[in-house]
Amino acid sequence: MNPQLFQLICFYGFGFITVVAALSVITLKNTVHAVLSLVLTFFSMACLWMLADAEFLALALIVVYVGAVMVLFLFVVMMLDIDQEKIREGFVKFLPIGLIVAVAMLVEMLGLIGVKAMHAQVMGPDPAAAAGVSNTAWLGQALYTKYLLPFEVAALILTVGVVAAVALTLRQRVGVRHESANEQVRVNPRDRIRIVKMDAVRPAQPTPVPPQEPSS
Amino acid sequence: MITLSHYIVLGAILFCIAVAGLFINRKNVIVLLMSIELMLLAVNTNFVAFSRFLGDVSGQVFVFFILTVAAAEAAIGLAILVLLFRNRSTINISDIDSMKG
Repeated sequence: MNPQLFQLICFYGFGFITVVAALSVITLKNTVHAVLSLVLTFFSMACLWMLADAEFLALALIVVYVGAVMVLFLFVVMMLDIDQEKIREGFVKFLPIGLIVAVAMLVEMLGLIGVKAMHAQVMGPDPAAAAGVSNTAWLGQALYTKYLLPFEVAALILTVGVVAAVALTLRQRVGVRHESANEQVRVNPRDRIRIVKMDAVRPAQPTPVPPQEPSS
Repeated sequence: MITLSHYIVLGAILFCIAVAGLFINRKNVIVLLMSIELMLLAVNTNFVAFSRFLGDVSGQVFVFFILTVAAAEAAIGLAILVLLFRNRSTINISDIDSMKG
């Protein structure tokens, strides 16, 4: 089979799965199922990025999103006790306006894309392969030279995110007795027991008091 | 032959699905967060496609940064959600109106 035709078939297949999974994300009744559909959406989109020769980002999408962010979503969804029926109120009420806005936006965007696409914009050769390196090396060379400062700022943003998430969800209970390991380690024996040096002497015997004669 | 338009059309469809999701799931904060993730994915797809088409690495670098910021945003958003559920026992948006916005 013609490899370019096969590529096109793969694109349509992955794209169809992506769109169907995205539709089920916003329409499924059970939130856990919606999160799992989002996982499928991300996975198919990673396949599409792989078709566009963005191998590093495709794998980063799977590792970061499917592996970390979606698992976080699943944890939160399963941890919260959500009333499924109550949360669906207004679904039918807002369906027409949502559809109208979305379809209008889509038609506008497709019109613009169609105007620009009159001259077929065929993808050229893979720029990384043209430079003679792999996609990861191509991306890394730009990331660690031209974009070094934004890269470090991104690391800072992640740190701030971690601190903020922990600080938000940290709960300090009052009125609960618990032992403090810090205090236990820092304890000094001299604070607990005091040794007193004393002479080994017997206390003097009290002299017996002579009975007093009753005065008469 | 895959052209640039294929990827842009797919991104547009995905973005519009996400917008529709924002409209029709007005009660569920989790689905709203997931719709925002879908929007970011659509934008990232455009970045990847243009990076490939123009042979410019900047597009892929930007996708990298967007992924970073989106991960931090999802973590903080879910932390706020957990806090909200702990204090109010609900994630219904119409119950969260104390700021009168």
